[in-house]
Amino acid sequence: MMETATEKKKTFGQKVYENRYLLIIFLPVLIYYLIFAYGPMLGLVTAFQNYSPFLGITGSKWVGFKNFTTFFNSEFAFRVVRNTLSINALQLIFGFPAPIIFAVLLNEIKFSKIKGFIQTVSYLPNFISLVVVVGIMQDLLAVDYGIVNRIILAFGGEQIRFMNEGTWFQPLFTISGIWQYAGWNAIIFIAAIAGIDQELYESASLDGASRFQKAMKITIPCISDTIIILLILQIGRMMSLGFEKVILMYNTSTYEYADVISSYVYRIGMVNGNYSLGAAVGLFNSVFNCVLLVAANSMAKKFSGKGLF
Amino acid sequence: MVGERKFDFADACIYLIMFFTIVVTLYPVIYILSNSVSDMTAVMRNKVVLFPIGFDLSAYKNVLSNKFIWTGYRNSTFLLFVGTFINVIMTICAAFPLSRTHFHFRKFFMIMIIFTMFFSGGMIPTFVIVDMLRLTDTIWSMVIPTAVSAINVIIMKSFFESIPASLEEAMKIDGGTDFTVLFKLILPLSKPVLAVISLYYGVAHWNGFTSALIYIRTRSLFPLQVILREMLLQNKLQEMITVDAAAADALGATRSIQYATIIVSIIPMLIIYPFLQKYFVKGVMIGAVKG
Repeated sequence: MMETATEKKKTFGQKVYENRYLLIIFLPVLIYYLIFAYGPMLGLVTAFQNYSPFLGITGSKWVGFKNFTTFFNSEFAFRVVRNTLSINALQLIFGFPAPIIFAVLLNEIKFSKIKGFIQTVSYLPNFISLVVVVGIMQDLLAVDYGIVNRIILAFGGEQIRFMNEGTWFQPLFTISGIWQYAGWNAIIFIAAIAGIDQELYESASLDGASRFQKAMKITIPCISDTIIILLILQIGRMMSLGFEKVILMYNTSTYEYADVISSYVYRIGMVNGNYSLGAAVGLFNSVFNCVLLVAANSMAKKFSGKGLF
Repeated sequence: MVGERKFDFADACIYLIMFFTIVVTLYPVIYILSNSVSDMTAVMRNKVVLFPIGFDLSAYKNVLSNKFIWTGYRNSTFLLFVGTFINVIMTICAAFPLSRTHFHFRKFFMIMIIFTMFFSGGMIPTFVIVDMLRLTDTIWSMVIPTAVSAINVIIMKSFFESIPASLEEAMKIDGGTDFTVLFKLILPLSKPVLAVISLYYGVAHWNGFTSALIYIRTRSLFPLQVILREMLLQNKLQEMITVDAAAADALGATRSIQYATIIVSIIPMLIIYPFLQKYFVKGVMIGAVKG
């Protein structure tokens, strides 16, 4: 009690003096965040301007919500939001369960050496760069020489122009994502499974439960907390779908299904040099993302009593 | 447990699925590797399916004689060492004060950092700031704007917090300052987390190309991944290399060279990967504590 009472009485100056060393250590980080994280947030005012790098923020003309109306009235608004959401939906439906299924199956393998080998191999793609992953994919799926099309031909099918067929973009995006990340993302589930009390399984065995029943009734419920937290994180990240892989994979013939919000921002802002429109679309994206995260969190709280914040 | 049960049908299914998973994971890499060392004519005729046919390293010779591969390697190596070093120093500077319970501004700064995980200014305003600071088209544009990652700060902070406070108190009684605590106590005990965080940042630098794409215009400053993108995905290979006139087919040679390029770029990772693997896993575990 005495401690807290004196604590309250400390002036700001006293606190600073007491923490002077810690503040010196923290100073570079503070400067970094002010400039590179909060600076750009102030820079969002360019979304309400007709920004020109030569005139700067103070010299550029204010245009109110014009950039936003331009975006929402363009054909791109619907397309990029739809693609962002549908790619994320595919990732949630197929990409999210993949590591869970992998972890549960891996748990059923009792030989630790085989288990270790499988795990080591499964992490590997996570460390291959996106450029190389897309490069490999493009080669394997190429027309005429790609191994996949050669197999299709061998079975008497017709070649598919995978990389140039708009409808193939999103499935390929999802499948290659599973190939690259499922093993790595499984680590956290494998650890959660390792923490389950073995007695649960033993008593279930005594009651005559099958392995499948044990997996469904013990393993999955025991890791449901981990699953929910990661699900919220994934939903919260929906709108921030990165542009990196999209711009590596897409080409003019697949834009219709491939263009997402971030790749559109990149093209408009960086390639075409329309900073203000890019900033406006980016702001819309950030706000939407924030709302999604808060919504996902409150949903999780409602259904399971647990949330992130 | 192992002895109790016999190998049943369910086991067979699980092993089959796992075998399939391994094949699907490894096959693309093996396919590329085999093709890259095979005879160029065999590659051109699509003969190489699993194992190399013939042995021909001229594709590698071609890749390694390419000036841009070398500048790319040089720039990526610079980012790997200098970039990661700055990242780790900055992350310590953030995580250490935030992990101290006697730091009065801890909550305020923590919120300041976490907020950036939910809301960001976005690509264009960040570019405008970096451009204002005259950092665009310099190698530092790939280091400074991404100097700290909030998630790595949280991982390191939770590790620092797990070190017993009694050790710090003992040091303080002996007249130690926060600096002494950091250098004599926390850092020596934090080697695992420092290794993990360095690896995370290092991999991000080696594989990253986002910053380069946004900030860099000069080709001699491009990191390896951007050069790779041009060679593998943008069909700029022909203008960047001199295909041997004796090569039977330009496309065949181009493909051989692309395979060799892929291998050259992932070889450092493939070599160090088995040794570092356990650290990566450890990092996920430390991070998972805090979520």
